Amino acid sequence: MAVPVSSPAHPDIAPIVAITGLDKTYASGRQALKRIDLEIRRGEIFALLGPNGAGKTTLINIVCGIVRPSAGTVLADGHDVIRDYRAARAKIGLVPQELSTDAFETVWATLRFSRGLFGKAPDPAHLERVLRELSLWDRKDAKILTLSGGMKRRVLIAKALAHEPTILFLDEPTAGVDVELRHDMWQMVRRLRDSGVTIILTTHYIEEAEEMADRVGVIRSGELILVEDKATLMRKLGRKQLTLSLRTPLPRVPDALAGYPLELSTDGATLVYTFDARSGQGDLAALLRRLAEHGIDFHDLHTQESSLEDIFVSLVRAGA
Amino acid sequence: MSGPLLNLPAIRAIYRFEMARTFRTLAESILSPVLTTSLYFIVFGAAIGSRMGEVGGVGYGAFIIPGLVMLSLLNESISNAAFGIFMPKWSGTIYELLSAPVSFVEIVLGYVGAAATKSVLLGVLILATARVFVPYEIAHPVWMVCFLALTSVTFSLFGFIIGLWADDFQKLQIVPLMVITPLTFLGGAFYSINMLPPPWQTITLFNPVVYLVSAFRWSFYGIADVNVVVSAGMTLAFLALCLGVVWWIFRSGYRLRT
Repeated sequence: MAVPVSSPAHPDIAPIVAITGLDKTYASGRQALKRIDLEIRRGEIFALLGPNGAGKTTLINIVCGIVRPSAGTVLADGHDVIRDYRAARAKIGLVPQELSTDAFETVWATLRFSRGLFGKAPDPAHLERVLRELSLWDRKDAKILTLSGGMKRRVLIAKALAHEPTILFLDEPTAGVDVELRHDMWQMVRRLRDSGVTIILTTHYIEEAEEMADRVGVIRSGELILVEDKATLMRKLGRKQLTLSLRTPLPRVPDALAGYPLELSTDGATLVYTFDARSGQGDLAALLRRLAEHGIDFHDLHTQESSLEDIFVSLVRAGA
Repeated sequence: MSGPLLNLPAIRAIYRFEMARTFRTLAESILSPVLTTSLYFIVFGAAIGSRMGEVGGVGYGAFIIPGLVMLSLLNESISNAAFGIFMPKWSGTIYELLSAPVSFVEIVLGYVGAAATKSVLLGVLILATARVFVPYEIAHPVWMVCFLALTSVTFSLFGFIIGLWADDFQKLQIVPLMVITPLTFLGGAFYSINMLPPPWQTITLFNPVVYLVSAFRWSFYGIADVNVVVSAGMTLAFLALCLGVVWWIFRSGYRLRT
């Protein structure tokens, strides 16, 4: 059986979004993006992480045609977003961060409008599928102003999907969305990916990236400081800690154990061993044996793995 | 460049959206101008007009009809088109328009087309209302329709520019209120410019509305303050100017794209 071309495991095929040397300096003189190079793989979920004001939305808005770049090129499915904007934009759906809707329109009318605007012939069956998928079908004749915030967010997603885009940008899709709805949203995003849509989302909920993304990019002060497979990133930067609660407090770490990166709490009752996740459990067993040899006993132990959040915080701090 | 040269479904979508807005707000957008104009006819046409002599061989009540239609047409074209494009900017829904595969051609055809359609409808409604109060004839009906359409398109385009330029509600109102209303009142809607003292006859020729009213009145009664060809030329020139400005706005991204 042929391997589906949308598999994120096959990065060698042409990227669906190719960003090269992208610069943006606003009229105010503020440089929002600095020489961004980024390739998004076909069929992946890519999470763009970064603190507020880092340039996430500017980057998305340039790809979607809302903001003009100062320099650099962006190709969406092979089409230059400026020279060949019609073909490029037809491929892209955008869900903005703000809940901007036509309050007096009905859900159905606003979807039909979106589809037409993107140059597609009417297709009520497709719009029905989209609305059902987003649990909005029973509200299709409701005016948007009567909907809750979470529903409005889904209307925006439905609008973005009305013209069957192959690339979907979700700018902070779960900002201000309650926990339950957030999980629904994640599931929906996964289903979209499974249907072949490439998804690029920005978020400052690290949990979201950790939960969903295939790859993660971290942007800080307009610079893309890291792009990595999420798993690789966690493996590479993820550190584990073994914490031992000692039966008898130690005055200091015994000399015989000086080769291990051990830290003793000030009261001498807790010993913390920090190790690289890649080095596996072999080291750990050796350490425990060495401790036993030196008569160091403990009544409790636990290990802790750093999350993407810790990694992110340390990355963003490092350059601050 | 691949794909079709013009995104027809987009023009249709914008046009339908705008027309839906018109019919949703029927009271403000159609009924209130009709009511206002009816009041003018009652006051100027019936009450005062009966005591006034003919102007250029036409009864005063009938004389003011073309001018009154122009008055409403100008105001409504400008405010409809301005509001149509200002609202998405104000509410933030403009993001969709800016990220859609459309050029300024589709956007202008959709928004200005809808605003102009509405103005033409309004003009026809006002003329029908006027018939209730004053009998009148239309000497050149084809030209009358042409001038009606040309004025509607031109001033919808002008309103569209105001809507693009305005970044708050005050700016949206200020041009119609401070510029257009005085110009229309001084544009010969209620008088023939021959009735003015000589220096004012010359000064008034700098008022573009004079040409619109004059040409429109000519299509009704065959009388004109200014040569009809000059009037049509001036209106077309203003249309071209507005088109140029809109083209420049979209090309430069002014007030739309940062």
